[in-house]
Amino acid sequence: MGHFDNNKPRHNVKHGTLVSYITGFVLSVALTVSAYLSVVHHIAAGWAIIGIIFALAITQLVIQLLFFLHLGNESKPRLNLVVFLFMLLVIGIVAGGSLWIMHNLNYHMSPADMNNYMMHQSSAGGM
Amino acid sequence: MSQATTTAITEAPDEVTVKNTLGFWIYLMTDCVLFATLFATYAVLRNNTFGGPAGHELFSLPFVLTETLLLLTSSFSCGLAIVGAQYNNRKLVLAGLFITLLLGMAFLGMELSEFSHLVNEGNSWRRSGFLSSFFTLVGTHGLHITAGLLWIIVTMVQIGRRGLTVATRRRLTLLSLFWHFLDIVWIFIFTIVYLLGSV
Repeated sequence: MGHFDNNKPRHNVKHGTLVSYITGFVLSVALTVSAYLSVVHHIAAGWAIIGIIFALAITQLVIQLLFFLHLGNESKPRLNLVVFLFMLLVIGIVAGGSLWIMHNLNYHMSPADMNNYMMHQSSAGGM
Repeated sequence: MSQATTTAITEAPDEVTVKNTLGFWIYLMTDCVLFATLFATYAVLRNNTFGGPAGHELFSLPFVLTETLLLLTSSFSCGLAIVGAQYNNRKLVLAGLFITLLLGMAFLGMELSEFSHLVNEGNSWRRSGFLSSFFTLVGTHGLHITAGLLWIIVTMVQIGRRGLTVATRRRLTLLSLFWHFLDIVWIFIFTIVYLLGSV
């Protein structure tokens, strides 16, 4: 504890200095406010605005991962990054897959179709 | 030793800290999967309003923007506590944690007032599939925030009594990971629930 070599491991301090937190904070506020303004002022419609706010959210995710969680300056075996990427894969399968399946179900069994189907079934049963 | 109070701690973290951080990081990633399933549920159910109000009739965007900025600022003040620990400055650590605690409590208060407002107007989780999934998603985040606030209080007491030891530094690091993670989850709630609901 007593012997600090003040010259050698300076780069370790990078692990979350004030500058990194201020940069991350300013960028995050800017991205949040621009997403808010682009929705409030209707700068685009339909898929365009959805694309814009998702792009802003994902940019903010990356910025906070780098400047707040310091995922960028991890030492060599980079296990945190590996676990993070694996989590993205699981989310892709579980959440993405669920959305895909449910969308498909909705498409094939919209409420109108369901009513027709049930009426057809009951009239077929009545015969 | 007096040098250590003015310069940043440049020691490499000890082995236990490295292992604990990785283990906690893995927990956070599984928590991400939990939130992702709730997001998927919300995305599937968000149009199932059962004749009740849709998102854009219920949400006030300026209110939610205020909540978002409160949480974002609390994430920053949590970072200040980490910087304080690096410079061995106990006062800065405690001040950073205290600001984080106040901002987090303000955020939670706003969320609870939004919930009680919705429930009082008859738009509780029993109203529609959309509102069930909304309350589950946002409420789960609120529960995490509540746990985080308790953790902040415990950490402040420990650092106040024992100072910045190896063990209290370690807990502070994990706490900051947890708090930044909750802020990231909130970005997606802000985007997917509130902004997308108002498009």
